[in-house]
Amino acid sequence: LRLALCAGTICTTGSAAFLYHDYCVIGAGPSGLQIAYFLQQAGRDYVVFERSHAPGSFFALYPRHRKLISINKQYTGKSNSEFNLRHDWNSLLSHDRRLLFRHYSRDFFPDADTMVRYLEDFASLLKLQIQYNTAIVHITLDRDQQAWNGHYFVLTDQNRQNYKCSSLLVATGTWVPNVVNFPGSEYVEGYETVSINPEDFAGQTVLILGRGNSAFETAENILGVTNFIHMVSRSRVRLSWATHYVGDLRAINNGLLDTYQLKSLDGLLEGDLEDLAIVKDKKGKLHITLRFYLENRNTSAGIDSITLPQDELDNFATRAPYDRVIRCLGWKFDFSIYNRSLRLMPGKGNKKKYPQIKPSYESRGTRGLFVLGTASHSVDFRKSAGGFIHGFRYTTRAVHRLLENRHHSVPWPSTVYPTTQLTNSIIKRVNEASGLYQMFGVLADIILLRENATAFEYLEEYPVGVLAELETQTGRKAPNGLFVIIMEYGRNFSGADKDVFYYNRAVGEAQHAWQSNFLHPVIYYYKRLPTEREMRLRSPDWSLPRPDAIHHIVEDFLTDWTAPNAHILPLRRFLENCLRTDLRNFFAESCFLFAFTRQKLPPFCQQGYVRMQGLVGSKRLQRHAVDAGLLEDYTVADFTGDRLFGSREGSQDQLLRDHAMPVRPLQHLVNAKDE
Amino acid sequence: MSARTGRWICSFSFLLLCAASLPMLGNANLLQELGPQEYFSSLQAGRVSLAYFSRNVSPSAQPFLEQIENSVEALQDYGISVVKVNCPKEDVSRYCGKENALRKAYLFRGNILIREFPTDALFDVNSIVANVLFALLFNEVKYVETLADLQNIENSLKGRSNMVFAYVPATGTAEHRAVMEAAFVYGTAHQFVLTTEATLMKDTGNDEPDVSSARLFFCHCQRAMDLAQPCRRTPMEQALTMLNIHRHLKLMGAPLVTEVAEDPEKVSTVHLQLGLPLVFILSQKETYEADRRTAEFVAWQLLGKAGVALLSRDVVDLNVLLRSNVALKTPDEGVPIKYLVLEDTDEVITLVEDKSKFEQIRENEDEEEEKENDNQDIQDDQVVEAISRDRKQELPLEQILTLTEETFHSALLEAARTVVLFYASWEAVSLAVLRSYVEVADHLKGTQGVLLSQVNCWDWPGVCTKENITQFPTIKIYEKRGRSLTYNGMLGTEELARFIILSQVSCPLKLATIDEAEGYLRGELPSELSSYHHTSVLGVFSKATSVAREAFVEAGNILSGHVTLGMYFEDDALALSRKYAVSPPALLLARSRGQSVEGIALSKQNAQDIVQMIRYELLDIFPEITVQNLPHYLQLGKPFLIMFSDGDIGQIESKEMLKLAKGRPQQAFVTCWLNLKNTPVGHGVLKAYFATLPSLPVLVWVNLHTGGQVFKFPPDQSFSEVNILSWLEKLKAGLEIPSSNLSEEDWKPPLPAYNFLQMMETTVPEFTLHTSYSHGDTQEQQQPEGSEEKATVREEQPKESGVKAEKGQSPGRDLRGTAPRLARREKRHSEL
Repeated sequence: LRLALCAGTICTTGSAAFLYHDYCVIGAGPSGLQIAYFLQQAGRDYVVFERSHAPGSFFALYPRHRKLISINKQYTGKSNSEFNLRHDWNSLLSHDRRLLFRHYSRDFFPDADTMVRYLEDFASLLKLQIQYNTAIVHITLDRDQQAWNGHYFVLTDQNRQNYKCSSLLVATGTWVPNVVNFPGSEYVEGYETVSINPEDFAGQTVLILGRGNSAFETAENILGVTNFIHMVSRSRVRLSWATHYVGDLRAINNGLLDTYQLKSLDGLLEGDLEDLAIVKDKKGKLHITLRFYLENRNTSAGIDSITLPQDELDNFATRAPYDRVIRCLGWKFDFSIYNRSLRLMPGKGNKKKYPQIKPSYESRGTRGLFVLGTASHSVDFRKSAGGFIHGFRYTTRAVHRLLENRHHSVPWPSTVYPTTQLTNSIIKRVNEASGLYQMFGVLADIILLRENATAFEYLEEYPVGVLAELETQTGRKAPNGLFVIIMEYGRNFSGADKDVFYYNRAVGEAQHAWQSNFLHPVIYYYKRLPTEREMRLRSPDWSLPRPDAIHHIVEDFLTDWTAPNAHILPLRRFLENCLRTDLRNFFAESCFLFAFTRQKLPPFCQQGYVRMQGLVGSKRLQRHAVDAGLLEDYTVADFTGDRLFGSREGSQDQLLRDHAMPVRPLQHLVNAKDE
Repeated sequence: MSARTGRWICSFSFLLLCAASLPMLGNANLLQELGPQEYFSSLQAGRVSLAYFSRNVSPSAQPFLEQIENSVEALQDYGISVVKVNCPKEDVSRYCGKENALRKAYLFRGNILIREFPTDALFDVNSIVANVLFALLFNEVKYVETLADLQNIENSLKGRSNMVFAYVPATGTAEHRAVMEAAFVYGTAHQFVLTTEATLMKDTGNDEPDVSSARLFFCHCQRAMDLAQPCRRTPMEQALTMLNIHRHLKLMGAPLVTEVAEDPEKVSTVHLQLGLPLVFILSQKETYEADRRTAEFVAWQLLGKAGVALLSRDVVDLNVLLRSNVALKTPDEGVPIKYLVLEDTDEVITLVEDKSKFEQIRENEDEEEEKENDNQDIQDDQVVEAISRDRKQELPLEQILTLTEETFHSALLEAARTVVLFYASWEAVSLAVLRSYVEVADHLKGTQGVLLSQVNCWDWPGVCTKENITQFPTIKIYEKRGRSLTYNGMLGTEELARFIILSQVSCPLKLATIDEAEGYLRGELPSELSSYHHTSVLGVFSKATSVAREAFVEAGNILSGHVTLGMYFEDDALALSRKYAVSPPALLLARSRGQSVEGIALSKQNAQDIVQMIRYELLDIFPEITVQNLPHYLQLGKPFLIMFSDGDIGQIESKEMLKLAKGRPQQAFVTCWLNLKNTPVGHGVLKAYFATLPSLPVLVWVNLHTGGQVFKFPPDQSFSEVNILSWLEKLKAGLEIPSSNLSEEDWKPPLPAYNFLQMMETTVPEFTLHTSYSHGDTQEQQQPEGSEEKATVREEQPKESGVKAEKGQSPGRDLRGTAPRLARREKRHSEL
């Protein structure tokens, strides 16, 4: 009905004229372009609204000092294109190999102008549907039972043009500068407008409010020419190499820490900005005082009557007057354009700069409204990379897959493999997958077991926060148990006050893998899909509820998890014990022997040899297997009379004996002593 | 151990004392020889004697006399004297006079004859003692033949006394003697019941009783209250000897649970004296009732294996962890009591029953874990291990082109056919195939129009995804024209080389003239194919039958590389088919050159059916089974009649077997043979089938798919068709006993995995549902919602464990991590 109504993309309801699209995307920044690419590939009806005349307008201005702090690695020593994306933080995902950022810049930390150029190319080469110079100023709902979500989104642009959409994808980023109001805040210059010419700061004393990358980037720029710089902020500095969070202070910007800690030249201070007040004296110098003093003073008195802290405490830290005060407090989401009926609410605590969304990136208040890109960072704020291009390019893809399933009955892409490929499929992914690596703890690969565990279905990069809804969100069924493959840092390893260089920080032995500290793959096994309740009741700092079994692949210095004994063997044992089967490989000769001497065959023989695809193996390999005691050589022995059986305490025995060994249950269940 | 035997001797001498205290008759150690008068006059009331009357020693009685002499001592222990009565020649009295009376021995109590024994029932000391005591203890030992009798006795005893029930396969055996000797001592304490009926064993709840060996049960009828329920039984696990029975009865007589209120080090019970361990269940006032039940439950499980005592912690001041709930005292002197924290009763049972586990628990807990893990990191995958042992071997890859994402598509245009091996450089099966692939490349060196290449999917995932490679390894053959073929045969050198060569010929090959067709049937093929070619299959079609012809062409595409197919559909096709007595559409088969051509009507119109049909027709009637061809025959799902031969099969056998195979075209089984010289793994098969190597050749019937029975053709019969057929009839009728049965066992994980969940439970409690331990009770606690509490727990844990460091660390493995790992901080927590 809707299609008929809106065939000409212009719907007429009553008097108002609407331009209709299935999907409306607000913002042609990286995440807007990324979702546009997926919608375009899927052949969906979509449009992107961009208020500027070109994509990536935020990057045209920011960062002010033009150096991106996302790395652009030219060489990794590997040709694997998926793996290389782990160290390419700027490219968006596409099939077009020209659109890799390394073709645009050779700099490890590229210039922001390059990003603008890249985004322009991305939009034009891929012919994305973008409507420029369209600023969406208001969004409201139009209830309609026929609509996908029970309502349409009605968008109004600066020219009062209305657009009607079934699904709204918000990719506006966070662009409204954070401002604090205190007495004297009118003397503060903003990061958005402050001069970036170091000459302008020569011989000046500067106070910077804020302690993020923009604050340090600003300080870095003028460090050499100022008298000294002080930085003040409520929280202590968080170094990204200690927290493993890319949004914290990156080493490239931390020059001020040197001068502070080495020569007490510049400095960091902790304090609540809300308590501050700035007073300008007659010479134009700026003095720091406390709001408290201002409130108590006699309002009629002049500037000289204002109490300064040093009047009472003569060694007060910021008693020296400043020439300039610069505010570098970051940005927040623009909540102003959403009608109240959309109930798009700010998050709580340190997430108040982001709108509240579910782990599926859908708004908590409005069905069909998805938040993408930087604005969606509340899901993994201060944890993973969901607020940055190299992270949200994957979460955006995940959102697109959810939408494809929900609205177009296209189930989540998956591949079905025989059980013999189980170990292989996991090893392949943990070694090359970039999405799992960037979005650790957020996106997970899912293995759905088929009945009798003879085959399995592999789903990539599913948002693990909505694991309980897997069946409805993906259109795949999970009746026989599942594995969840995810990457994790060691518990209690990362943190602002942690010594991440402590001696003995890395684990080398597979049997202690669960204590691995660096990013490493973890596999959770569930006999059935966790319920929403179990997901809700899980420990706050855990991505998943308690599994039926868990396996850690031991951390690796090279992040190369292909070692046969340290990585693959323990993984195989884990999978075997979960599936209660034997996942070893066998040469055709062993399968031949099993076929004649046992009623059942191991999966490898069943799925290979019996189907006439046995692994014959070269003579030399068979010799190695014999030497290892894992294959018996029947050609050399002197087979006469009883010696045949008496003399051969053979390895085949070993093979069968191994197999006959009692299996210890994975998890020892405690039963009551007195039954 | 010596202490243990000491106690043994001690308890046995007690037994002897009982026996010796009985009044004795005459001299010890000697067989008395008396005249009949003397003998009868010497008989005293109540005294038992065994007499043997002899006139003159006949040679046939000599061995019996020897046995009688040997048993004098044994019988004296029970106060029975043995007398040889020498009958004078002229004596014609009752015992001396009759000839047949002289072949018997007589048992008298006083002068009353209790029983007479034929001398052949008294063949050795055991039988003499057993039979004599059996006769004497007629009232004490009830002999039963039926289950009803047994149940009657059992029921009559309930609530009154216990029963000792023994089964001996025959009377007069050593076991029989042991039971009788025990009955002599304990006959008043317990009711003894004896049977020789094996059927009674089947009904005693034993699933598979071993009726060849004697068994003894202690039936706890005294405490049995319920008349409907049989008495609880404790079988004696050891062999039936006097000592073991004595020991068993002592143990059964001991109290089930001993209450202890003193230092456990000082406690001694009958169990410890008999060399068995004593298990203490540590109890306290609050949990006494539950602990008492636990102790009784455990005691029943351990009856005859260990003693159980209930130790009250409230009374005895123990210097052990509050968490400890079980203690174990071993009979060995000087071994301190081990206190343990166990989680269920099964662990207590295992502790006692499984010696090895017992030893492990006695070790430090840490070391135990280490030991268990030892095997887990040893590679037990033959392919992976073979590859890692071969990793330093440089592969001669000169013949193989390495392709990349960039070169892949251009390379496919270079040769008429490009073979591509898609593999992953970290995957063992891939690497094993790569080694065969190198051999194929060497084999095909100089072959025109074929290019061998490889793509490492670890380096180039894009091209592998695009080519839809979901399994490693995958081998595909790309034709220049753009068609591609995926290899789905055995991953071996010969098979792959053959496939590559055969797939060069179009399949089916269209033959233009009748001469070409005839030549094709004679095996005239391009010379490079000749060495790979086995059977010629020719499809003959009339112009009209296009449906069948198209299906045949499609079948040819599927079979390409595996077989050579020809096709003839010219006007004179009818003439060709008529020659072989079929009408088109038909298949003509020429099995190995020069032999007759077989014609088969092609009734199937579906490509897949035609593929099946051709595959089936290509199977040999009497094949030599090899590792490579077995799967083809396995797929038929039939039993195997297989002859194992050391070398070529004999002419006669071959002829007979072939007759057998040909005799019935729709065989219900696969007739085949195996040459142990070509397929040495056949030795492994024979080893699994037979305890000793049968003389070769051996003919075997194996039900591979149903039941798994293995039958051996009787070696004394000749391999003739008639003999084999009648043997098969007998098999079917169930008249033959299988030599062995194929194991039905599932393929379980060869070894356990690291139990990280359990390890994490200790240090990261918030992750898991915390399992608190309390006496006799287990609770699963939902973790609290608030996180503050958890945080404190988390912080405390490492401190506690930080003490443990570096113990037992294997050197040289540290550098596998990202930095030298020196101490094992937070590794694990001590139990004690």
